[in-house]
Amino acid sequence: MSPQMIDRLWHAFLDTLTMVGASTFIALAAGIPLAVFLVMSAQGGLIQAPRANRLIGGLINGFRATPFVVLMVALLPFTRLVTGTTIGVWAAVVPLSISATPFFARIAEVSLREVDHGLIEAAQAVGCRRWHIIRHVLLPEALPGLVGGFTITIVSMIGASAMAGVIGAGGLGDVAIRYGYQRFDTTVMLVVIAILIVIVCAVQFAGDFAVRRLRAR
Amino acid sequence: MNTAFFDAAFEVPHRTPERVRNDAVSTEAPPSKGASGSVRFEAVRKTYLSSAGPVDALKGISVDIPAGTIFGIIGRSGAGKSSLLRTVNRLERPTDGRVLVDDEDVAALDEDDLVRLRRRVGMIFQHFNLLSAKTVFANIALPLVVAKVPREDIRQRVADVLKLVGLEGKENTYPSRLSGGQKQRVGIARALVSRPQILLCDEATSALDPETTLSILKLLKDINRRLGLTIVLITHEMSVIREICDEVLILEGGEVAESGDVWQVFGNPRHEATRALLAPLSRGLPADLAELIRPAPLDGQPCRAIVELSFTGTGDNELDLARISTALGIGARLVQSDLDRIQGHLSGRILMNVPYRNDLAAVISNPLLANHTRIVGYVAADD
Ligand SMILES: Nc1ncnc2c1ncn2[C@@H]1O[C@H](COP(=O)(O)OP(=O)(O)O)[C@@H](O)[C@H]1O
Ligand SMILES: [Mg+2]
Repeated sequence: MSPQMIDRLWHAFLDTLTMVGASTFIALAAGIPLAVFLVMSAQGGLIQAPRANRLIGGLINGFRATPFVVLMVALLPFTRLVTGTTIGVWAAVVPLSISATPFFARIAEVSLREVDHGLIEAAQAVGCRRWHIIRHVLLPEALPGLVGGFTITIVSMIGASAMAGVIGAGGLGDVAIRYGYQRFDTTVMLVVIAILIVIVCAVQFAGDFAVRRLRAR
Repeated sequence: MNTAFFDAAFEVPHRTPERVRNDAVSTEAPPSKGASGSVRFEAVRKTYLSSAGPVDALKGISVDIPAGTIFGIIGRSGAGKSSLLRTVNRLERPTDGRVLVDDEDVAALDEDDLVRLRRRVGMIFQHFNLLSAKTVFANIALPLVVAKVPREDIRQRVADVLKLVGLEGKENTYPSRLSGGQKQRVGIARALVSRPQILLCDEATSALDPETTLSILKLLKDINRRLGLTIVLITHEMSVIREICDEVLILEGGEVAESGDVWQVFGNPRHEATRALLAPLSRGLPADLAELIRPAPLDGQPCRAIVELSFTGTGDNELDLARISTALGIGARLVQSDLDRIQGHLSGRILMNVPYRNDLAAVISNPLLANHTRIVGYVAADD
């Protein structure tokens, strides 16, 4: 491989890191409150808001049902509004975040819903308010599941970010398609795949390790 | 457990106003006038709307629980015990009727008052319900943390209750590393750390082995005696009631089957449900006797009678050995004894094997022998 290609791969690696890092961070920040709201407002939950629950749930389903490539194109006007451009890494972060947030919110919802109802009652019985229950019961008890779900979200965003090349965002997937596929450079293709495998394995390993540590308590 | 500790740290809080004023939780929640931990149910009904249609879990329960007693609620699974108990701290709202805690209508409380009430009413659970992500210390501290008690006070009070339940040194352990009995002790410590006046126990010993059950019951009794705490305790085992309760309520199908002092209910169960619950505790006829026994005196050969003397604890009936042996005559043997002393009242029965004679029925009808006597059956004389 030429030094330019190595340089190109390095930059693509950084771009992928940026896209995945930024979008999963946003997914984390927005997905947890959404998941908490979904759980708290569900039938028999601590907040009585069935309509808002259905609305948010429906929106999440809508975004989850739309394929990422379609979402990316459909969101172009919105992306321009937010970032001022429709190409480049940050332009890709917008649809990636909007795809990752509902994805993670649903996974987080499942973990939160699995928290034993008896624990919530015990907290209520000692005088905890709703906020205390979220802070001291729901989130800490669901933490292993949340960490595991976040790991899955990161890995799936690494995959989705490969498609961001369509809007000129670069990244490893883009390099693989442009050089490996379109110019028949098998070496580049294999190297990119190897790098992606290493990244995914590292993320999964770190996530599994954290979950194991949390569950060992 | 040491008494000095109780006296120092756990002097009944509501009887020492100065202590109450220095106490952050109690400052936020000054006990209402005359607050002492009594509970009154007035025609409480509860109907659940399940997918299979409405379920009438409670069908009009009226009961008074005096402050400071250990009050047992017993009944078969599904009788409505948990539903009733959970109305006290409003984990469940009655569909109809009222629940009064120290004359305060629980249903009428707004959120702030409800939180205050819940700090006066501790609760422990069958499956302990400890937070797995928090250490023993953090679990017990939670009620104080959310009540914004200063950190130093929290440390002291958690240490105090840990000592009370006999778990010193376990502060930094996670609940998953504890045995069932230890977990329930943590549950008790968490319930007591806000210095409640009432402790609700929902099948608190049902997940524990018999030995651990006894030690937890002993702890509860200690707490009741030393802190003057009212304890409302659910169980499906009569042995638990006998062990520590003062009064008992028997629930059957969402209704009160009977209620009263434990010795009365044990000595003289009136309702079929009560007898069914008591059955596992009482011994039947010994197997060898059951095989030999006949319903009528044996013709033409010497025979003996099996006589049962029952004591219900009423009147001043004591088991007077001399009187019994005089009445039944030489050769009366004690076959089996199933006696207990509950709250100072003799309860249970003995079986005697006595030489049969024609006037036996008249002799044993003497009310001075026992509360009830009867001839169970007859066996051939073996001598
Ligand atoms: N949340 C609920 N929804 C529907 N039915 C319930 C609910 N809780 C209890 N029940 C029903 O109410 C009845 C009494 O239940 P419970 O109070 O738990 O009885 P116990 O504690 O004596 O076993 C049972 O028939 C039970 O199925
Ligand atoms: Mg129950």
